[in-house]
Amino acid sequence: MDSPFAAHSVTLRVNGIDYNLQIEARVSLLDALRENIGLTGTKKGCNQGACGACTVLVDGERINSCFALAIQYDGRKITTIEGLAGAEGLHPLQSAFIKHDGFQCGYCTPGQICSAAAMINEFQSGSPSAVTENLTDAHIDFSDAEIKERMSGNLCRCGAYVGITDAIHEAFEELSR
Amino acid sequence: MNNFSYARAADEAAALDLISQNGSAKFLGGGTNLIDLMRENIEQPAALIDITCLPLTGIEELSDGGLRIGALVRNSHLAAHQLVRDRYPVLAQALLMGASAQLRNMATTGGNLMQRTRCYYFYDSAARCNKRVPGAGCDAIDGFNRIHAILGASPECIATHPSDMCVAMAALDAVVQVAGKDGQRSIPLVDFHRLPGDTPNRDTNLKPDELITSVDVPALPFARRSMYQKVRDRASYAFALVSVAAALEIENGLIKQVRLALGGVAHKPWRAFVAEQYLTGKTAGVQTFERAAELELEAAKPFQHNGFKIELAKRTIVGTLTEISTKGVAR
Repeated sequence: MDSPFAAHSVTLRVNGIDYNLQIEARVSLLDALRENIGLTGTKKGCNQGACGACTVLVDGERINSCFALAIQYDGRKITTIEGLAGAEGLHPLQSAFIKHDGFQCGYCTPGQICSAAAMINEFQSGSPSAVTENLTDAHIDFSDAEIKERMSGNLCRCGAYVGITDAIHEAFEELSR
Repeated sequence: MNNFSYARAADEAAALDLISQNGSAKFLGGGTNLIDLMRENIEQPAALIDITCLPLTGIEELSDGGLRIGALVRNSHLAAHQLVRDRYPVLAQALLMGASAQLRNMATTGGNLMQRTRCYYFYDSAARCNKRVPGAGCDAIDGFNRIHAILGASPECIATHPSDMCVAMAALDAVVQVAGKDGQRSIPLVDFHRLPGDTPNRDTNLKPDELITSVDVPALPFARRSMYQKVRDRASYAFALVSVAAALEIENGLIKQVRLALGGVAHKPWRAFVAEQYLTGKTAGVQTFERAAELELEAAKPFQHNGFKIELAKRTIVGTLTEISTKGVAR
């Protein structure tokens, strides 16, 4: 096996662009994004998988990048907050967060938005949650209770949860059209 | 975090070969527990063998109607799988009630089995902990032991196993399939995790150079009537104080078959064999459930801050069995 001090060649495909890095195995995906690539939108809140501020999407699924080793994501498709807006403008979630005042300090916000984007996809593909009444039913209501449970991995110390929930409701309507 | 050598195993043979080369190597799956433990310097492997590319990500039906769950199936995918939701709702619920969505997307079946206790003293390298350092002592026994064990503890260790998935799998009589250099072997899940005894440093009966390949859940038609109940300080994203996994088959008012397991109460998922034996053949009803819970918790031993768990466990058992028997299907 390689020496523990080996610099590994890792290619991270982030928001459609390939970044070739020479990094140690112990570099987290979060640190690779922020420090090595310079995409500082994703935040380090707790660095122990407890707050969700580091949430990014890998092949569309949300993960805590603080617990991910960058080297494990070689060649995978990564989306960060910087990659959500498109040619047409802001992502519906970004617009909704502004409209519904879904943030105060803004530190948890990139994680909230990335998490919500993936959460809506999970919901639309029929994945149940811990509060889903009937696991075998195809239809699930996009209720406040479902949103809160599905977003429970994203903490907001400023307490902007009401605005966040409202924003997610609105964005969901928009994205379901 | 200490620096470490990294290698990605292409297949099972390569994984077993790599782990045998380095006595201080560990397999890396989702990393949601191992990376945390490494940051806290509790685990300091000299090498990590990334097994996420191994073809162990499938969920397949076995010929007897059971389910073979690959060791690398992500917790979220397992919970969302139609066969799991239909046939073993207790397992789907247990998974969904664990951690957060982001963590469930990363965590693997094998990793969930292998996760270590969240005892505060285990995590605090300044504290005495027989699990971390055999013979050092246990600061939890006379410390803040609210989240600690009431069953099966020893003078060396009162830690609990934090998994929800394992409690459901214990109730379902799952079997862990393991590969080693001497071939494949099967370990019933109820025997996979250990009680602390005088070797609390050993969490499981897996050998250091073995690889979990799958967890097989046997066919259990009556498990369609099953549920998982988790009691915790927060509505979500918190470990269990006490949890119950139960499946119940009632015919003509009598309990024909029952499975019951408890979480948050012991060093391993606690299969309630005493309660099961009492319940089988009896009339389904609150009084029967209460008596069964009494019998199962008779051996419970409280510590200064966790005595509430004994009554809580009894009531949660009764509540869960009552809900299954009156409502039938999961929730």
